[in-house]
Amino acid sequence: MADLTTEFLGIKSPNPFWLASAPPTDKEYNVRRAFEAGWGGVVWKTLGSEGPPVVNVNGPRYGAIFGADRRLLGLNNIELITDRSLEINLEEITRVKKDYPDRAVIVSIMVPCEEQAWKDILPKVEATGADGIELNFGCPHGMAERGMGAAVGQVPEYIQMVTEWCKKYYSKPVIVKLTPNITDVRFPARAAKNGGGDAVSLINTINSIVSVDLDQMAPEPTVGGKGTHGGYCGPAVKPIAMNMVAEIARCPETHDLPISAIGGVTTWKDAAEFMALGAGNVQVCTAAMTYGFNVVKEMISGLSNWMDEKGYTSTQDFIGMAVPNVTDWQYLDLNFIAKAKINQEDCISCGRCFAACEDTSHQAIEMSADRVFTVKDDECVACNLCVNVCPIEGCITMEEVPAGQIDERTGKVVSDEYANWTTHPNNPSATAAE
Amino acid sequence: MASSHQASGIQTGRLAAADIADNFADLHPAYDAHEAAVAADRCYFCYDAPCMTACPTSIDIPQFIREIQAGHPSSAAKTILDQNILGGMCARVCPTETLCEEACVREAAEGKPVEIGRLQRYATDVVMDKDVHPYSRAASTGKKVAVVGAGPAGLSAAHRLAMLGHDVVVFDAKSKAGGLNEFGIAAYKSTENFAAREVNWLLKIGGITMDYGKKLGAELSLDGLQAEYDAVFLSIGLAGVNALRAEGEDLDGVRDAVDFIEDLRQADDLGALPVGRNVVVIGGGMTAVDAAVQSKLLGAENVTIAYRRGRDAMGASRFEQDLAASKGVKLMFNVMPKAIHGAGAASEIELEYTSVEEGRVRGTGETTRLSADQVYKAIGQSLVGQPEAVELEGGKIMVDATGRTSVANVWAGGDCASGGEDLTVTAVAEGRDAAMDIHASLMG
Repeated sequence: MADLTTEFLGIKSPNPFWLASAPPTDKEYNVRRAFEAGWGGVVWKTLGSEGPPVVNVNGPRYGAIFGADRRLLGLNNIELITDRSLEINLEEITRVKKDYPDRAVIVSIMVPCEEQAWKDILPKVEATGADGIELNFGCPHGMAERGMGAAVGQVPEYIQMVTEWCKKYYSKPVIVKLTPNITDVRFPARAAKNGGGDAVSLINTINSIVSVDLDQMAPEPTVGGKGTHGGYCGPAVKPIAMNMVAEIARCPETHDLPISAIGGVTTWKDAAEFMALGAGNVQVCTAAMTYGFNVVKEMISGLSNWMDEKGYTSTQDFIGMAVPNVTDWQYLDLNFIAKAKINQEDCISCGRCFAACEDTSHQAIEMSADRVFTVKDDECVACNLCVNVCPIEGCITMEEVPAGQIDERTGKVVSDEYANWTTHPNNPSATAAE
Repeated sequence: MASSHQASGIQTGRLAAADIADNFADLHPAYDAHEAAVAADRCYFCYDAPCMTACPTSIDIPQFIREIQAGHPSSAAKTILDQNILGGMCARVCPTETLCEEACVREAAEGKPVEIGRLQRYATDVVMDKDVHPYSRAASTGKKVAVVGAGPAGLSAAHRLAMLGHDVVVFDAKSKAGGLNEFGIAAYKSTENFAAREVNWLLKIGGITMDYGKKLGAELSLDGLQAEYDAVFLSIGLAGVNALRAEGEDLDGVRDAVDFIEDLRQADDLGALPVGRNVVVIGGGMTAVDAAVQSKLLGAENVTIAYRRGRDAMGASRFEQDLAASKGVKLMFNVMPKAIHGAGAASEIELEYTSVEEGRVRGTGETTRLSADQVYKAIGQSLVGQPEAVELEGGKIMVDATGRTSVANVWAGGDCASGGEDLTVTAVAEGRDAAMDIHASLMG
């Protein structure tokens, strides 16, 4: 069984699965249960300044999107940072870290955008013995209205400024948690790096209205007849998170900035994908909130099993391996030609490929009177929609047309030379391919 | 003290009331909303869906399943009922395993089709339970149509004709509507008096007068109906029962399976219904299975279906065969009745083994005997009491694709008419299509 021990910013944990800062890590009780279940680390739910803690609504805090059989695909929340006192949280963090020295304990913090506020809290956090801090610049609701959370994360200058304060008043690693509610994630990532941040973690939740109660005519979750936008997370947000992780990982200015990836990690494979895109580890929340802490056991066995199959002995072996293959559209090989192929043995004749292609794509699938579906190579542009709508995995495949053969759609011989848009004759700003 | 399985002869009360109630519970219990959503989600929404093609009434199955999945089963019910006004009963009695569910691509993919029948039941139950009738009549056409026979074909035709604005009188020889839905199918497929409730629901359309105790050839004549009505639809079913032509057929304890099922369906107390200790059912269709299974459920100790051909030729589907086997019914193939023995009442049946050569069944000469205090004949029904004027084809009233008979202004459908399988769903389709043709013809 592969060793999943992962070192992130010098912080060792027995596996790369950390619980993200969220309700699952709000209390000593939960965190101890998490560690007993096998989680490699936790980011403690965000602490605020000393004094009366924030309050939460007393109506529903979550809304959800469901798939078949009520499988939870997306969750949104309007919960704020911890509503327990700073002192109690610090005491609990201290005790837990002492009892679990092999696990990562990171403390998430959100205090007002004033140097004094950070100067006050950071020594207290440092005294807990926790391994590092995470700056919550992402929370999209409630706290943002008070000039914190996403309100900071959306202004790179603020990110840099606060990160600098943290590096000044705190000696251990500083992770800057980024909000996805921006246009280009590379700007806040650069700001975090420029401020001296040791790593970024992303994504925080996405601004969202998850559903509308059509009887009350109000967004859900509905509190006293009103709703507000909340933070969206869970499996549905993973593609968005992966792109943002990859953007930071392949940006020349931030490619060496460690990343803790967050966003819909539910199984080992989600984690492996994030890590292949450059994440040093992953943080999980919705999966734990949906299924309980024991979900980590599948993540551990699955990742380990896959690493064994691939011959990876350490997570370091595959972290970032997919990053060189993430490129801009303009560099994709336009001479790569493929055609869809329907395996008749596997086909169950549902006709979904036909409906999709005929109604919404390229009319490249033929349907016979006896429901045999075949691809018209002279029409197929290899868009892959048929593959995606086919209910039978592997029934429709994309087959590369080898160089030297004729692409029946264009009538041209397939070239073995790489050619992209930058040199394409249709591109008005093409550069000569010399 | 109830008598047991082993009490010999034809006895009542072999089982306690609670056991009888359990035995005759719904064969396919209704889905709850979540089960329906999960089952609906399995539908792939096929293009030009094979299930729809396989349905004799051409219900838009992917559409109604999608409506269930999206949370509005009442729309789903409307989609079903638009094509098949007896969609509730068909959901219960259709041999879906040889129709829509056999054609389901998930049957091909994983041997587990979308449970279309149960989904159909879920949707139609929603409407029935609310006692909503989602159709209303068109303006009166002033035309009058007589429907003879209140079975599925007749009810289907009557509803469609009434909806189109015609005034309909439905005659039936019995004192209740429903035909085989009411009198003929197994009780566990139509629980809680469903057949009668469905008729009541259907009649809410208005414009349909029910006239019971009127039989063609007795109180009614085709000439009389033709004189009084603008059109006549014959849906008189198959009232005759084929004879065994075996020695001992007249002994006590030898009976038509359809009569037994009718008694059972009309019984207020199933425990009071007598059943033999050793029951043998002769035949291979749905009626044979219904009679055999229900005998077993009433507490018969040994129940055997004796069929003269092989399993593959059996009219009852494999699902029905397996249902029978699961209830403890023994299936014997390639045997035919040679004689029924007994002193006054049946006590034993003598069966001869058969071989099928070039489609013909021949006795091999080898025989075997089974204890049999009750023998049910389920070897098919035949047309009787049809008007002389109509031409026949293959022993049934000859009709064209829209149900026209050889006599002008007379249509026919259901089991009495030529073509189509003798299924409830086929009868509904024939009644509906004939109604449309009658309408077109009357409104010329």
